[in-house]
Formats: sequence, structure tokens, C-alpha cells
Amino acid sequence: MKKVYLDNNATTPLDPEVLEAMMPFLKEDFGNPSSVHQFGRTIRVKVEEAREKVAEILGADPLEIVFTSCGSESNNMALKGIYKKNCNHIITSQIEHPCIIETCQFLETHGYEVTYVSVDKYGTVNPQEIEESIKENTLLITIMHGNNEIGTIQPIKEIGEIAKRHGVYFHTDAVQSVGKVPTKVDDLGVNLLSLAGHKLHGPKGIGAIYIRKKTRMHPLISGGHQERKRRAGTENVPGIIGFGKACEIAQREMENELKRLTSIRESLFKGIMEKIPHVQLNGHPTNRLPTTLNMSFKYVEGESLLINLDLKGVAVSTGSACSSGSLEPSHVLLAMKIPPEIIHGSLRFSLGRFNKEEDIDYVLEVLPPIVEKMREMSPLWEEKKTVMGK
Amino acid sequence: MYTEKVMDHFTNPRNVGEIEDADGVGTVGNPACGDIMKIFIKVKDNVIEDIKFKTFGCGAAIASSSVATELIKGKTIEEALKITNKVVIEALDGLPKEKLHCSVLAEDALKSAIEDYQKKQNK
Repeated sequence: MKKVYLDNNATTPLDPEVLEAMMPFLKEDFGNPSSVHQFGRTIRVKVEEAREKVAEILGADPLEIVFTSCGSESNNMALKGIYKKNCNHIITSQIEHPCIIETCQFLETHGYEVTYVSVDKYGTVNPQEIEESIKENTLLITIMHGNNEIGTIQPIKEIGEIAKRHGVYFHTDAVQSVGKVPTKVDDLGVNLLSLAGHKLHGPKGIGAIYIRKKTRMHPLISGGHQERKRRAGTENVPGIIGFGKACEIAQREMENELKRLTSIRESLFKGIMEKIPHVQLNGHPTNRLPTTLNMSFKYVEGESLLINLDLKGVAVSTGSACSSGSLEPSHVLLAMKIPPEIIHGSLRFSLGRFNKEEDIDYVLEVLPPIVEKMREMSPLWEEKKTVMGK
Repeated sequence: MYTEKVMDHFTNPRNVGEIEDADGVGTVGNPACGDIMKIFIKVKDNVIEDIKFKTFGCGAAIASSSVATELIKGKTIEEALKITNKVVIEALDGLPKEKLHCSVLAEDALKSAIEDYQKKQNK
């Protein structure tokens, strides 16, 4: 059976070039980069080369890059590590990743105050609302760059200017956007930025946080001199090497990939709109990551579509409560004021470097009969048809 | 995450559809919660002769509806009322913990269809 992987926002397949770069560090080049002897020294050089590659995709100084274990750790570090005297107010949005929202909720139980700004129907925050939320004691603004569920890109540059004007630290969770769209830290105007290896065809278990010079941070993991005392623990050397390679490739391919992925994503969108009635796009129509398409198929439930697609070899994800295990539908789609019954019928298709136009053709061949079959089984569809017939 | 039985009932659901001159119809659930089940029964001499369902919901909800209709077809009203969500779960070889409510929905839909039938009988 044909296999089509369209869940690249969950994780991406490792690029073979990345694997090749990592292999020696899983075998003969095993040294600890902190060791003084030659086994360590040679590794240190390679780790620092990888750091330069990660810094380059952000237009940052390598000294501003701290390696972590994942995007969630980077986000935790941004929130828990930043400090400024007498400041304990954080501004974030309602559509952040759970590792931001739940960390904010944790901080609220520890004396912090958090403002969760709203979004419009496209899932975009309003910079003005952020500016109006700033107070004397505001420490940090944290707003994600590209949303993982709907792909909407936030007005980071504008928010950066506001943060700078008010002397407030600004962090962006760019886990989904690094390597897909430009993410130069000076253009974005951020003090802190999170990224992760496995979202851009690098390995899992490696992330990084960009920390602008002169930004004072507590380490999340202390007790070692690694990462200039900002993150203790022996470095994940194969991960770091792979991450560096992944950033190098993403940087090299970005211009072409942005065009190519946008084009095949639009083929998928147009195909669905032509072949399936009663569907809607969730997210911004244009200002969106090239990788992400989130659509609702009315009168059917997302998990049942997901399983049917899986049986045909197609991997996607859904915002329906029925697949989350929590019985709560997607908080992102809820924040966009999409009615719950429409959220339950949402599917997210997320593309990556290894998707081809023929993957889209295959999805457009198998998806319409699945939606039709599930609608025939749905009492809501029956009602809809009755109303339409009248 | 789903058993083979669940997948079997999900991919080949039994008794899907509607009964136009049904003796009892029961609808439970709410689209906002992500599940709606509608069960139609045809009763003759106190026996559920025919049963059909329509469900808006996840794999577990569809499989629960399907297996419930299979368990009930040919049973007397009294026997049918004894089919609880536990019976549905057993017949599916289990459901994931967060999906147990789907089996409750199947039990409720069936009871609601029988109540509707009984109400019509007493008129």
C-alpha cells in the first residue's frame, strides 16, 4: 500500500544527509567535548561548528545559542529562566503550545501573573491588545511564530517593536517556523527564540534556545559548566551535529522549498474544495506556514476520518477531542471561536521536504469517498440534507 | 489503540441506516461534544425485529453503535434493556479508557429508543 506522511508538524523524517553527518558521532567519535584529551578536543570543534550553523539560520552569534533537549525544554527555560527585579507579569496568547500555556499556569501558582491575549478568526493575535496589556511589572511577552495546528504566522516584528519600546523581554516559540520561513532574530526583534531539531528533518532529542546578548537567564538544569553554564549536562553530540546539518540544509533549500511546499499545499486545498462540499479552511488564508493546511469537514468527526485515512496509508492529525484523550477539542480552534462541532471535524495536513505532488493526488483520490462514507453514517448529514431539500 | 473487534465494527459497521416507519427512535449526544447517536427500532410481538443506527463520532462511537445493534437485534424488549455499556465494551474486547463514554452513549441511545417505543404504545 502507498504510504503518505502528512503529519510533519508532529515530527519530520530524518534527512539522509543528516543521518550521514551524525553516524561517526554514534560510532568512533564518541568523546566528551569537555575532555581535554584529543578524544574530546576533536568533538568540541565539531560541536562548535554545528552551533555556528544553528546560529546562521537565525542570523545570531553562536555564543547566543544554547543547546537543549527539545523545543519544550527551550520554552520552559524561556519562561522559568528569565528574570528581572520586581517583574512577575507575563503576556502570552490563547493559542500557544501546551508547553507554554501549562508552564504559564504553573508560574501562576508560584506568584506570577499571566495575561492570555485573544486571537481573531484567522488565529492572529492583535499587537495592540498586547501593548495594552503591558504593565509596570511586565517581565516577558511570549508569542509563537507559526502556529503548529493552523500554521498562522503571528506579527512578531510588530510585537518586537512594542516590547522594545516598553523595555520588556520578548520570546517567540519558533519550533514550527525555523527552516520553513525566514527567522532572523534581528528582523523578528526577539530576545529569546525556541527551536527543535526534529521539526526540520533533524533528529529528536535536540533543541536550542537563542538568548540575545545581555539577557539574564537562570539555567533550568544547573550543576555543570556546559553551554557556558546555561544548561548543565553532557552534550547530546550526535543530536547537535545532526541539528547543525539540518539547519544548514534548511537554510540552503528554504527559498525553493517555500515555493514548492506552498504550491503543493495549495493543490491539496484547491482539490479538497473542488471535490468535497461543506468544508472550511481553519487558519489565515495566506499568511501561513507553507507546510500547514487545517480544514474542517462538516457533519463528520475528525478521528473517524483520520483512522480511515490511516487505513489507506495516509497519516494526518485532528483537532477533535476524540483523538486527544482529554475530551477537549483543540484550544487553538476554540480560541478562534470556531463552533465545537466544526472543530470535531478538523484535519491537519502538514507537509515536509519529502512530500511530492503525487502524494497530494493520492490524498485527493482516497479522501472524498471516506468523507462521503462517514457522512452517510452521520445523523447530522441526514438533517442537513433534509433542510437543503426543503 | 483499538482492538481488532473495534476496527472490524468501525470499518464494516452493521445495521447502518434508518427505518422509515420505526416504532421507536432514540437520539443522544450533542455535536458540541463530538458524538451523536441515533437508533431506530422496529418491534413486533415485543421482539426487536429490526434495528438501524446513524452516528456522528469517533471510531469507538461508531463501533459501539454497531456492536450494540448487533447484540440487540432479535431480542425482546426486556432482554434489550439488560444490554449495558459493560456488555458493549466486552463485545468489543475493550475500549481505551478515554473512550468508555462511547459505550455509555450506545446504551443510552438504545434505552431512549425503547422509551420512545413504550411511550407510543401507551398512547
